[in-house]
Amino acid sequence: MSRLIPFIGFLLLAGLLGFGIWWNTGHDQTAIPSPLINKPAPDFKLPLLYEPTQTVTRESLLGKPYLLNVFASWCIECGVEHPVLQAAAPTLGVALVGYNYKDAPDDAKAWLATHGNPYSLLMADTSGQTAIDFGVYAAPESFLVDAHGVIRYKHIGPITPEVLDNELKPAIAALPQEPR
Amino acid sequence: MTPELGQIALILALLLALAQSILPIVGAWKNNSAMMAVARPAAFGQGFFVVMAFVLLVWAFLHFDFSVQYVADNSNLALPWYYRITAVWGAHEGSMLLWIFILNVWTLALALFSGQLPEAFAARVLGVLGIISVGFLAFILFTSDPFGRLIPMPPDGGDLNPVLQDPGMTFHPPVIYMGYVGFSVAFAFSIAALLGGELEQAWVRWARPWTNIAWAFLTCGIVAGSWWAYAELGWGGWWFWDPVENASFMPWLVGTALIHAQAVTEKRGSLRAWTILLSIFAFSLSLLGTFLVRSGVLTSVHSFASDPRRGLFILCFLIVVVGGSLLLYALRAPKVAGGKPFAVVSRESAILVGNLMFTVAAAMVLLGTLFPLIGDALNLGKISVGPPYFGLLFPLLMLPIVLLLPFGPYLRWGKGEPQILKRVMLRALLAAVACAIVAAFFVDGKLKAIAGVAAAVWVAVGVLLYVVKRWREMPRGRRYPAEMAGMLFAHAGVAIFLIGVLLSESLSATSDVRMAPGETKTIGGYDFRFDGVRETQGPNWRADQGTVTVTRDGKPVAVMQPQKRTYTREQIQTESAIYPGLTRDLYVALGEPMDKQHIDGAWALRLYYKPFIRWLWFGGLMMMLGGFVSACDRRFRIRRTAIVDVAEPMRTSVLAENRT
Repeated sequence: MSRLIPFIGFLLLAGLLGFGIWWNTGHDQTAIPSPLINKPAPDFKLPLLYEPTQTVTRESLLGKPYLLNVFASWCIECGVEHPVLQAAAPTLGVALVGYNYKDAPDDAKAWLATHGNPYSLLMADTSGQTAIDFGVYAAPESFLVDAHGVIRYKHIGPITPEVLDNELKPAIAALPQEPR
Repeated sequence: MTPELGQIALILALLLALAQSILPIVGAWKNNSAMMAVARPAAFGQGFFVVMAFVLLVWAFLHFDFSVQYVADNSNLALPWYYRITAVWGAHEGSMLLWIFILNVWTLALALFSGQLPEAFAARVLGVLGIISVGFLAFILFTSDPFGRLIPMPPDGGDLNPVLQDPGMTFHPPVIYMGYVGFSVAFAFSIAALLGGELEQAWVRWARPWTNIAWAFLTCGIVAGSWWAYAELGWGGWWFWDPVENASFMPWLVGTALIHAQAVTEKRGSLRAWTILLSIFAFSLSLLGTFLVRSGVLTSVHSFASDPRRGLFILCFLIVVVGGSLLLYALRAPKVAGGKPFAVVSRESAILVGNLMFTVAAAMVLLGTLFPLIGDALNLGKISVGPPYFGLLFPLLMLPIVLLLPFGPYLRWGKGEPQILKRVMLRALLAAVACAIVAAFFVDGKLKAIAGVAAAVWVAVGVLLYVVKRWREMPRGRRYPAEMAGMLFAHAGVAIFLIGVLLSESLSATSDVRMAPGETKTIGGYDFRFDGVRETQGPNWRADQGTVTVTRDGKPVAVMQPQKRTYTREQIQTESAIYPGLTRDLYVALGEPMDKQHIDGAWALRLYYKPFIRWLWFGGLMMMLGGFVSACDRRFRIRRTAIVDVAEPMRTSVLAENRT
């Protein structure tokens, strides 16, 4: 009987590996759940892109929910999501805050001039230091922050029409119905 | 045309492998000599076609045949010829071809040198190797074809992953596969023994050098991999407990147990079932490693592009081969148990304790590696156990081995003498304590470093005392037979390795700094002066090359030039600069430019001072040398030639002599 132990142990292992294959076909391994979901957004203080002398902080944005969209002029995928954002911005129900990431201000302005500017507020993180606190891997990324400054939803990669309809809009609808 | 030839060669190899696996095993069962005789010609034929396929792929790389998808993906016109050859195993499909190529090298060697084995036994061994070939050839042909065409043919190809464009990478994969795949020989022996229902000691003796050579190759491969990670990845570390590293380390741990268990079985006849089980484990873990690296089940820094179909195929193959052999073990193993009894204080016991520790350590590594998967299965979320888990448990499990290691040779087979043991233990202990006290002054009382010195001295003194004992007690010429010399080399290697690991771990100094040209930073008593960055050019890359001048007390030590390379396809790769030394390595890696406008030309730099780190690879190489030297023992060889030379009736009697 004891001679069967290795065989039984192996069957358990094979079961686990089989599960691993099944699991990985249904789940994206790179989708790391953000540790920031349902946590307060990190403190930040960033200059406005167009008026670098003025700064925006986490506190100054409290009171109303907003969608923080991380973008850069060097990011090709950002050009993909930009028309989607531009079309959706007026009917989104929350303010669209632009977060210009690791970009030369002049490049960013030129890019916005050609592609259009859907943002109601635009801040610039030229060094990318603050983005580390947000856990930004690369542009584009978007964070939905509620009126209390708590991150409710995060999307890595461009916001496509599908993401907009299936994820972002439901997430906005699910925000606490407080002063909007 | 040539790629299609390669494909046809693989198909023919698969058919011959089928013949090699089915006919001899059935023949051995039915006692049909004609069917058994198929084994060798089929193995030669399979080997011929596999070598042909391999050469054709090398040819396609050398001649820039971008009409082959695999070639187009992994090479380009600017890639130097030597990296075009190593690009053959630079990605999944080609590395599988390397796997089967090396399996055939082992099979051919076995077919050539197995003349003195009983007919049925040799037929079964080659048959089992044939089954493994069938699995991997089918895997290549059905899921990972290296000869697939790309139409239309692009004018230029992609690039070999720049991480792999390093001299260390040219021989690391073939060497590590020699080790992985080499365990298939011991595996085939065990399965053949189980199928036949008996395990002769003489056959274990015959298998030992093969296992030793495979183990030595695996040791060398792991050392090369660790060195490559250190030199190429730019993190300054040498072991990361990454799933892929673990995949190579588990067979090594079990393989280490196996070479010792084989010695017991060969000399005393005991632990037969255990030896068989270990050889099944060692090869199964090699297969499992292949599965983990290629199925995408675990994420790792260097896993291959994953494909669930491939994972499923290997899993089915694993179930057939490993499940089948463990079931066979459960059914047949009791028949081969037996051997001479041994006392508690005996060499057998010492080896058994070591074996147990190595096996438990392998299980511990397996558990840690699969932990993220277990987390998914039990719905615990994304969890993984990293270096803290391994870093705590592994040394604990190795501690008894280090403590026992010096005494193994002193213990007699069957029943050891506690008197001699006590004397040796006292001397080694005194030496270790004395050296530890002296060392404590040099290392600022750092406990890990002191433990390192003590452990290394403990092992080294044990080995040295045994060398002296043999010198005194044995007549010239019989003092150090190769088998024993190999053992002493390997054990001395452990001492050197311990110094390397524990001293470098505890005494290293690291500094991440922003440096402008002319600035100086001091670590480990060395002054690193940054002299700025300039552009430079290689065959298929351009680079920012920093210059760092190192001095000590004003005297020049080295000029180091770390690079940040940009390859043809815009992939960026750090080339750290290493100034090696016997007692310390200096290591500089170039980070990012700190100001985009290059006003003061400041860069982020990572500086390391790593004492004694070289010793750990040197220790590993000593262990490898030990494996090779042991395998050369005349005891394994003479017996063989003697058997080949004598006439047929004599052969059976020679084998009979060794029966217990």
